[in-house]
Amino acid sequence: MATSLTWRDHLGTIGARSGLCRNNYKLIPGLYCTGTPDPDSPVLATANYKLSFDALRKELTGIDAWILVLDTRGINVWCAAGKGTFSTAELAYQIQQARLAERVSHREILLPQLGAVGVCALELKKTTGFKGIFGPVQASDLPRFLNSGKIADEAMRTITFSLAERAVLVPVEICLLWKPILIALLSIFLFSGFGPEIFSLAAAWQRGVTAAATTLLAVLAGAVATPLLLPWLFGRQFWLKGLQTGLIAGLITLILFSKQAGLLAGFGLFLWSISISSYLAMNFTGSTPFTSLSGVAREMRRGLPFQAGTAVLALVCWVAGAFF
Amino acid sequence: MKDFRYIDGAAILKLDREACIGCGQCVTVCPHRIFSLTEKKAEILDPNGCMECGACSRNCPVRAIYVNPDDGCGCAALLIARWFNTLIGKETASCC
Ligand code: SF4
Ligand code: SF4
Repeated sequence: MATSLTWRDHLGTIGARSGLCRNNYKLIPGLYCTGTPDPDSPVLATANYKLSFDALRKELTGIDAWILVLDTRGINVWCAAGKGTFSTAELAYQIQQARLAERVSHREILLPQLGAVGVCALELKKTTGFKGIFGPVQASDLPRFLNSGKIADEAMRTITFSLAERAVLVPVEICLLWKPILIALLSIFLFSGFGPEIFSLAAAWQRGVTAAATTLLAVLAGAVATPLLLPWLFGRQFWLKGLQTGLIAGLITLILFSKQAGLLAGFGLFLWSISISSYLAMNFTGSTPFTSLSGVAREMRRGLPFQAGTAVLALVCWVAGAFF
Repeated sequence: MKDFRYIDGAAILKLDREACIGCGQCVTVCPHRIFSLTEKKAEILDPNGCMECGACSRNCPVRAIYVNPDDGCGCAALLIARWFNTLIGKETASCC
């Protein structure tokens, strides 16, 4: 699992964005080494996201090499390359800062393949004299790459999205979502209070707990079950995949709560489940390494109106359910 | 990617074979193995497999490749922010 953390994953975004999960994920940029490198040893570039760096070092155990750490603000290579912080300019700057040309006799620098999103090898050569060589996608393939004359086979060049790789993303998704989830839960308690007595705190609490449990179940369906079950859910659009897990969560909710909440309110909870799950699944497109932005835009034009519609209808049913 | 496919016909990826000099850089960097070299020119093998990461176009020495620019990580939250900001006439920063 540590290896799949290496070149890509969203954990870095936690360090950068979410106060809740903030940790010391940054590393001071500059030149580091593993083993005892000499002027002939290879130079590898990476991001200053601590987990990437640690995993890279682990993979390079027993190999003497230089590691040039770029300032990507603690974000992993893939996200940083997309954002433009893992860039040709930053690489050139760190090469110069580290006086790399004086430390090594060769003029080659190994880049993670996914860094190609941000770094242009030709431009690097022009500005620094260093030839950028794209290594494998996974850091775990690096020893094999280095030992085979720096040639990567097709498998090393292909991105994967295994169950383990999806599983590491789940806590990250949840971590990034805690704020909207909290807001949703608060408004749910508020809406649950409306009823024949205009507003009742007792009802807000009692019905609120039911609705909150439904919401958390829907989050499980959309942000946990959908990523894990991704290849086995029908269809290609994520909002439809989330709809399927949401349907199951909604049915469980109906069985658990419709007796106590009433059929109308129960139907509201069911709609709420599929809306939340479908949205969260759609949001997961941002973490997958195979969804194009054009495709996401296309499915969102269908998914968003559906999710918004079911959410509004769910609220109406839920509040109306308090009167009947 | 063989085991995961996304919506067909969505990704915007264009190759100008006239301009291509056959350096092979796009073949190397693409994590979905979309390109191959035929008769010393790049060829798009699998247009629907493209995730619009832009690695190929960034590394093409003659700008023969066009990819729909994705200045974030391609997530729904970014698009919603962008659509919303277009409505109220604001610029959107990238997401993560
Ligand atoms: S944009 Fe990325 S996935 Fe698409 S062809 Fe280029 S390198 Fe491959
Ligand atoms: S990178 Fe550009 S010039 Fe080189 S093979 Fe690909 S399309 Fe042709």
